[in-house]
Parts: sequence; C-alpha cells; structure tokens
Amino acid sequence: MGDSEIHKDRMAAKYGIWFFLFTEILFFGGMFLLYSIFRYRNAGAFHIAAAQEDLLLGSINTAVLLTSSFFIASAISAVKRGNNRLAILLQGLTVLLGAVFLVIKYFEWMEKIVRGIYPNSPVLLKLSSGEVLFFGLYYVMTGIHGLHVFIGITVISFMIYFTATGNITRKDYAKLENTGLYWHFVDIVWIYLFPLFYLIT
Amino acid sequence: MEDNASREPYYVNRGKYRGILSWLMSTDHKRIGIQYLIALLTFFWIGVLLGLLIRLSLIMPGKILSQGTYNQVFSVHGIIMIFLFIIPGIPVAFGNFFLPIMIGARDVAFPRLNRFAWWLYLTGAALVALSLFVSGGAPDTGWTFYAPYSIRTQANITMAVSGVFVLGFSSILTGLNFVTTIHRLRAPGMTWFRLPMFVWTVYATGWVQMLATPVLAITLVFIILGRVFGVGFFDPSKGGDPILYEHLFWTYSHPAVYIMVLPAMGVISEVIPVFARKTIFGYKAVAFSAVGIASVGYFVWGHHMFTSGMSDTARIIFSFITFLVAVPSGIKIFNWVATLYKGSIVLDSPLIFALSFIFLFSIGGLTGLIIGALAPNLHLHGTYFIVGHFHYVMFGGAGFAILAALHYWFPKMTGKMYNERPAKIGWLILFVGFNLLYFSMFVLGYEGMPRRYFDYPPEYYTGHLISTIGSWILATGLIIIFTNLIRSAFKGQEAPMNPWGGRGLEWTIPSPPPEENFEEIPVIDKAPYRMDG
Repeated sequence: MGDSEIHKDRMAAKYGIWFFLFTEILFFGGMFLLYSIFRYRNAGAFHIAAAQEDLLLGSINTAVLLTSSFFIASAISAVKRGNNRLAILLQGLTVLLGAVFLVIKYFEWMEKIVRGIYPNSPVLLKLSSGEVLFFGLYYVMTGIHGLHVFIGITVISFMIYFTATGNITRKDYAKLENTGLYWHFVDIVWIYLFPLFYLIT
Repeated sequence: MEDNASREPYYVNRGKYRGILSWLMSTDHKRIGIQYLIALLTFFWIGVLLGLLIRLSLIMPGKILSQGTYNQVFSVHGIIMIFLFIIPGIPVAFGNFFLPIMIGARDVAFPRLNRFAWWLYLTGAALVALSLFVSGGAPDTGWTFYAPYSIRTQANITMAVSGVFVLGFSSILTGLNFVTTIHRLRAPGMTWFRLPMFVWTVYATGWVQMLATPVLAITLVFIILGRVFGVGFFDPSKGGDPILYEHLFWTYSHPAVYIMVLPAMGVISEVIPVFARKTIFGYKAVAFSAVGIASVGYFVWGHHMFTSGMSDTARIIFSFITFLVAVPSGIKIFNWVATLYKGSIVLDSPLIFALSFIFLFSIGGLTGLIIGALAPNLHLHGTYFIVGHFHYVMFGGAGFAILAALHYWFPKMTGKMYNERPAKIGWLILFVGFNLLYFSMFVLGYEGMPRRYFDYPPEYYTGHLISTIGSWILATGLIIIFTNLIRSAFKGQEAPMNPWGGRGLEWTIPSPPPEENFEEIPVIDKAPYRMDG
C-alpha cells in the first residue's frame, strides 16, 4: 500500500452516523407504533395507569438529560477551540448526568417492582388489560432507552480517553461529534417518552 | 514501500496475522467477501440437505421423521436458507468483493465496520446453530416465528431469535457501509449514471436494509421479552394482539424479499450485456426500476395477510400496490430481453444461468400476481402454491443469480478458469430437477394441498412423488456444478485478466486482484457496458 497515507473522510463518517440514527429511529418507531395502537384501543386505562408514574422524578430526569446534552455539545465546541482539558471536564459531566439519570430510573423501577407491578406479575395481571399493556410498554420502552443511555455513557467514556490521549484534536474530532449526535438522539427519544408515560393523566 | 510485493494477489498471506487470523482479522473487502461466500455456501448446502429430507419425508410420511421433527426440519430449513444464506447472499459476498472495485475504490468506506459486520454474522450464525442443540430443541415455528405460538412453544426460540437479531444488525451495518461507500468513494468521473447496474442494485438494497431491518429487530425483541419476561404485546390474554406481530414481521420481511432479489437483478444486468456483446438497453430505466422496486416494495406487506383479518379497503389497497411492484420488475425483464435482441450472443454458462433466471423469475413473478389478487388468494393462501411461488422467486431468481455470479466472477475471484462442459451439464440437470420439484407444487397447491402439513390424503401422492424425484435430480445438478467449481479453484487453468470481454473496472485489474485493487485510482470518462471501444 504505497506510502500508506491514512485516509480519513469526515463526510463519510457523517453519512454513517446519520444513517445509523435513521435505523435507530425505525427501531424505536416499532415501539412507538405499538404504543399508539394500544393507547388508541385503551385510552381510558392508559390515563388511569399513567397516574401511578412519579411526575417529579420524571421531570427531574428530563432536566438531567437535557443538561447533559448541553454539556456534550459544549465539549465539542471546546475541542474545536483546542481546549481539550475543558472538553474532558464537560464530557465527564455528561457521563455523570447520564449516570444520575439511570440511578433515578432505577429508583422509579424499584418503587413499582416493590409494589408488585412488573411484567407478568400477579398484581399486574389482576388489572385491566389496558393497564397491563401500559406497564409492559413502560418497562420495555424506558428499559431499551436506558440501555441506550448506558451505551452512550460507555462510548463517551472512551471519548474522554481519546480526548486525553490526543486522538481527538481540533482538526480531527469527527468521533466526538458523532458521539454527540448519538447522545442527542437518546435525549430526543426521552423527550417523547416523557409526555407519553408521565403527562397523559 | 516494496512495490512488487504490494501487487501480490489479495489472498497471499500478509499483515501481522498468520493463518486463519489473517482472514478473520482482515479488513480487506475481498478477503471478507470470500469468507462470507464460503460461509454462505456452507449454510446453503446444509439447507439443501434439510430440504431433501423434507421431500423424502413427504413421500413416506411418518417413516423417516416424526411429526414434531418434521416441523423442526422445515423451520430450520427456512431459517437457515433465509437468514443465513439468501438475505445476506449477494451483497455480502459479491457486493463486498466487487462493489469497491466496480466504482474504482480501494476498499469500502468503513473497512473495520465491515469486519465487525462479518463477526456479527458469525456470531448470529453460531447462535442459530446452537439453538438446534441446547435444551428445548430446535425451533418448530416455521421461519416466520408467528406469535402466539412462538411465545408459547417449548422449543428454543429465544436463542434462535437472538441469532436472527444479531444477523439483522450485521445486515444493517453492511447496508449502511455500502450506501456510504457509493456516495463517497466513486472514482473521479464515475458519475451516478456511469455506475454499473450491480452498484445501483446494491445501493437500493442498502437502503432497504437500513429502512426495514430495524423493524424486524424490534419485533424479535418483543418475542424475546414475551418469552423471558412475559410481556404480552402479542398475547390476547394480556391485551396484546397477534395480528400486530404479523404486521410488524411482514413490514420487514416483504422488503427483505427485495433485499434478496434486487442484487440478483443487478448480477443479471451485469452478465447479459457482456455475453450479448451489446450495451445494456434502457440504462436509466433499469437503474430507476431498482429504486422503484425498493420504494414501492415497502408498502405491500399486507398481501401476506389477506386471510389474517384486515378491512376490505386495506386489502384492496395492498393488492393494488402489489400489482404496482410488478411494473418495475417487468421493465427490467423487457430491458434484458431488448439487450439480447440482435446481440452477438455467446452462450457461456454465466449467460445460461442468467437466462434461466429470467425464465424462472418470470414464472415466480407472474404466479405472484395470481396470489396478489384477492379472490385467488383466498383459495391459494397457505397452500403449496405459495411454496412453489417463493421457491421460483428465491431459488429460481436469487439462487440462479448467485450461480450466474459465481460462474461470471469465478475467474476474477480465484484467478482460475473452470471447465465449461460440466458447468453446462450441471445446469441442465439442475434446471430439469428444479422445474419438476417446484412446478408440481403449483399443481398440488391449486388442488388444495396445505403447506407445512406432515401428511396428506392419497390423491396428492403423485404430485409429491414427482416433486421429490425432482429434488433428487436438482441435487445431482448442484453436486456437479459445485464439484466443478471447487475442483477448478484448485486445479483450473490460470485465468486471464478479462476472460469474457467485460467492460467493467473489475476486468481492468489482474485476476485475482491485488491488495488495494488499483495501483492508481482510474478516471472514468464513459458510460458502462460500451462494447464499441
């Protein structure tokens, strides 16, 4: 391979991440489709069930995730200006807030599980089928979203490492930028999940 | 660096890894393509053996397979043939090997992602294979995993479905990689309308892979969650709806038909101009019809469910759109025939396979219209007519295109020529066996024989017997074809750079191609398939 020049195509990376996010939208789209059909059929039961969600914790989590998105966007700006130290700090804050989100989610889930509300539980199966579906969707959609948050945290941790070792620089920051896009996507999914589960009472 | 060494064929052992790792760790699109090809053909043969077993059991029900085992055998036959062989099929093997070369690139846009997709394919295949042997037993749901049975059966659905999920992820990444490659890595002067037709079809396929596969992925996740955690989205006793599963499943699985068949059409569009010694007729029509099939094909899934319970309005719309899909397919067929018209036809084996594709795919397509119309569908739904139809489309279409591609590109991939005579004899036997095997299914289905049944009343015996005899003839043909190819890969004569007189970029580099394909990236200044100079 001749003089083995390293070929980097930032535009190709952009294409790649946008295509990937596109497939993610369709992946979540399957869940939103199911939600809309089941809610259409069981509108009343969904309203009753949603009253059991903790609006305060849900709102805090929304704020947490939105702020984390702000931090990762700022981290990209910092790298563009060559301030890698600041970028590391901002990415660290993003990871921290991501973790806070998951911890709050854990307490929300546990609170319900302790009351016996989880898929296939005897308590849940006594409720109307609309409520069973609501909590089924709640666990599946917030669960898969939480998994995405977890993956995001892992990827950003790698980005912190890359920023520290000088792999990400003001000239070559496509990795971090694309990670940021992924994190915003995860954030946006939550923006839809929040009203669908917490605000429909 | 050492210039001579860098022009060695791609399969000469290089890099920091040795032996098998030099393949598994390679990011060279050609090495990855060859590995895919070997894996695909291995699974193809396993599928063939299972298919022969099904046919054998059907002429003496109960003597060879028990009812339960029969269900497992046809399910595994379908799962392997569809998810491990024909869906990845042409894009991962021939697309990987030839797409970068045909657009004048040194590799795909994301070589390491390409390798990752190959590892995912292996992982998915391993999970599916494992599901056959661990507790619970092999899947017995059919390849469609219809709920609620797939949620309730004792068989090991969870692992098989996880395997298919991983395979889907691999498929998405491959599609994403190819679409990006075609956007970003075309050689200077390689405008969109100078792209070889195979590239167009791989492009359209890549989009279908990205747009449809995630829907399958989430559907399979629902199946797994239903089995493991008792989430009942498809379980009526928990408020769920099994018909929703069918909708979600076919939203992917009908476009998947085009994932299988579009690149096959691309192969045929490559082969025909070369062996007719004419430029392709109606280049733009053929290119746009590929995109047309890909987009309209997204909206026809309902025709798999005409008898499942749907409003009449929905059924009429789905039936109408199904007829619409036939239009771009017809455009392709007419353009191929017009390309052959007044050409100087050379009847070598790649063209023979391509011509059989046109013949068999037309039968498959036209019978598709019969079952796409509402009234006959009610009569033929769930019968052997359907089985005959999709084997004509999948095997007669995609399968024969893979054979055409194997023979057409064999000299380029291996650097060896194969023997023409056994290839033709093998084709003849295969062709006769194929039609005996699957055409009798149309008759059986029309007479009312339901698919997937283990046993049947005696009046269907003759049809089943003819079909089974056909399966033996077909297998004989396949053995001859593959023996010839495998023998030639080791003992064949050296292949020249351009054995067929093709005009694509792949014929301008040595056989087999060196690492990184081109010494200098070519500059393209004319349309493809120009046979005049």
